[in-house]
Amino acid sequence: MSIATMREIEFRDAVREAMSEEMRRDIRVMLIGEEVAQYNGAYKVSRGMLDEFGPRRVIDTPISESGFAGMAIGAAMMGLRPIVEFMSWSFSLVAADPILNNAPKMLYMSGGQFGCPIVFRGNDGAGGQLGSTHSWSVEGLFSNVPGMKMVIPSNPYDAKGLMKTAIRDDDPVFFLESERLLSMRGEVPEEEYLIPFGQARIARAGTDCTIVAFGRMVNIALEVATELEKENISCEILDMRTIRPLDAASIIRSVKRTGVCVVVDQSWSFGSPGSEVAALVHRECFDDLDNYVHRVHSADVPAPYAHNLEQEYLPNARRIAEAVRSSLYRS
Amino acid sequence: MSKSASSNAGGQVRPKSGRPEVPMATAKNWLREMMLIREFELRCMQAYQDKKIGGFCHVYIGQEAVAVGTIAATEARDPIVTAYRDHGHALARGMSPNHCMAEMFGRVGGCAKGKGGSMHMFDRDNNLFGGHGIVGAQIPLGVGLAFATKYEDEVINAQKTGGKSNRVTLAFLGDGALNQGSVHEAMNLAGLFDLPVIIICENNGYSMGTSITRGTTMGHQISAKAEAYGMEGVEIDGMDVIETYWAMKELVEKVRATSRPIFVDMRCYRFKGHSMSDPRKYRTREEEERYEQGDPIGVLKAQLELRGLTEDDHKEIQREVRATVKSAIDWAEQSPFPPTSDLYRDVYREKWGPYTGSSDPEMLGGAENDCKFNAIDTTIDRKADLL
Ligand SMILES: Cc1ncc(C[n+]2csc(CCOP(=O)(O)OP(=O)(O)O)c2C)c(N)n1
Ligand SMILES: [Mg+2]
Repeated sequence: MSIATMREIEFRDAVREAMSEEMRRDIRVMLIGEEVAQYNGAYKVSRGMLDEFGPRRVIDTPISESGFAGMAIGAAMMGLRPIVEFMSWSFSLVAADPILNNAPKMLYMSGGQFGCPIVFRGNDGAGGQLGSTHSWSVEGLFSNVPGMKMVIPSNPYDAKGLMKTAIRDDDPVFFLESERLLSMRGEVPEEEYLIPFGQARIARAGTDCTIVAFGRMVNIALEVATELEKENISCEILDMRTIRPLDAASIIRSVKRTGVCVVVDQSWSFGSPGSEVAALVHRECFDDLDNYVHRVHSADVPAPYAHNLEQEYLPNARRIAEAVRSSLYRS
Repeated sequence: MSKSASSNAGGQVRPKSGRPEVPMATAKNWLREMMLIREFELRCMQAYQDKKIGGFCHVYIGQEAVAVGTIAATEARDPIVTAYRDHGHALARGMSPNHCMAEMFGRVGGCAKGKGGSMHMFDRDNNLFGGHGIVGAQIPLGVGLAFATKYEDEVINAQKTGGKSNRVTLAFLGDGALNQGSVHEAMNLAGLFDLPVIIICENNGYSMGTSITRGTTMGHQISAKAEAYGMEGVEIDGMDVIETYWAMKELVEKVRATSRPIFVDMRCYRFKGHSMSDPRKYRTREEEERYEQGDPIGVLKAQLELRGLTEDDHKEIQREVRATVKSAIDWAEQSPFPPTSDLYRDVYREKWGPYTGSSDPEMLGGAENDCKFNAIDTTIDRKADLL
């Protein structure tokens, strides 16, 4: 980023700025979802947008995820560019048919005639003691589907730049925010910028071990890396930013240098972005690896409610540090 | 005998009197369209037996008056979306039988380049937004098409249109689909947001083997469901194309003027099985024969004979549609299978590197039709009053 006028804003403000700027730029963009307008958003992400854009472009819906997601997809087929807010990605499951069966397949099934320039966004991931129904990490479940793109920012700067790219993208984008991160503050320039998809960010440079991380997990990995420095372990952390497309080249480049790879992915391990990264690294860096790829995921159980159990359920600093040490034969 | 039969007898809904007369040429054209659909479907059944068509295939025989009569009441700019029993809608909307048949045959000349198949007919140029295979899924989409036309007319192009919505979407579904949750969510949204959509329930009395009375409350009067969503519910005799047309014409004009949704209970009957592998054990031969007496093609033919249509005229049309469908089959057969490189085309709009586990993935085909992608003209006046 060039010299810019920096301010510190919250993650939620960053997402809102991106949406508002794009709505000012393009009249086809509109926001729709439960409580997005008059209530100012269940998590205040859309605060003030009704006042600026009016009820025709910031639209409150009843609690009908399947209905309004499908409606927005129809509108996108006509050429509008809807942003659909799911109060939580956990609630998108009742809209599985439109978001998985229609949006990502429309372009293909129509032989290129109708696409879906649409953004689905909302909170993803456990951590708020909400119990299993409300604690979904949909990365593993949804990223399986070709035709969609999946974005998972870890900080306000990335959230804004990636959201603007998402809105301008002509394909359906699943944008995973984290309720745990909404109040996170970070530097964001006044000036406009976009962040392209499929380009990981080196969140921390290092030489001993590559940590490939997604979304909120990047921040936990950063804490771990600081701790491990005391043990003379130098971690390189890749913030993947997008799951589809996946920046395979950055992963491979880094692992070829370090020879060691740990993946931190908050979804369940079975058939997940983490397992995909492991397969990639084992194949592309086979001769460079000093150890098999270690993976840190949420435990293979439904998300529990009790605070201590939930903390143990999620990838946490202890489990990540153990994986790094183990992969370096330091345990 | 199933109970539904008596409650849903074709032709029982009496045409309203006092309709104006449809010009003979127009009516003859409808007869031709209906006969074309019938012939097309009969040949599809044959081709299916010959294994030229794969997958699931649902023919429209018996319901031709519905697609022809409803679509005749629209303008070409009015969007249409339907379910998987979609060949009739595609042809009535003006898709060339060649492209329709080639899609059935899985050929590159198909309307969706062989990627959709029988259940998924798409036609950008004719504003047909699909054939959709998941029962009911097209209704939220159809409500979204109406949302978009209204948004375009009232928000984007407000200065040009005077802020008035002026397109009407037709969204078709079956009677069985009326029990799908997303349909009810979508009807609520349409009522809530005043969307210019006509939801047409092609009530042929059965969803596969389940008669409407076995699967649906208020099966004798499904239009009652519309009331709960704040919309008008109307019954139309879908076995009589002229009545269907006039009734729909009225509704289309009403929706164009009011931008309020309407629900139609379109009474009809499917003459063949649900799909190609249906022995129809759930209904009696007598019931079928009773409906066949009200065959929509026969009904129109009889009406036109009173106005001078001769047996020779009829034979001439029959010859014509046979030739058209025959050449559609020839055309489809000559159309190549899609090249295997098409497997990777149209997944994303841009070229993309599928995750191949490689640092340097081969970039595969994006979509071709850039200019056609957005229906909405983006050069429009952006200074419209947004509030
Ligand atoms: C969600 C879903 N469930 C089940 C099916 C299988 N299926 C296809 S058509 C059909 C019957 C639908 O009947 P109806 O809506 O009355 O339409 P019709 O076939 O009479 O035109 C069923 C059960 C499906 N395609 N989608
Ligand atoms: Mg039916």
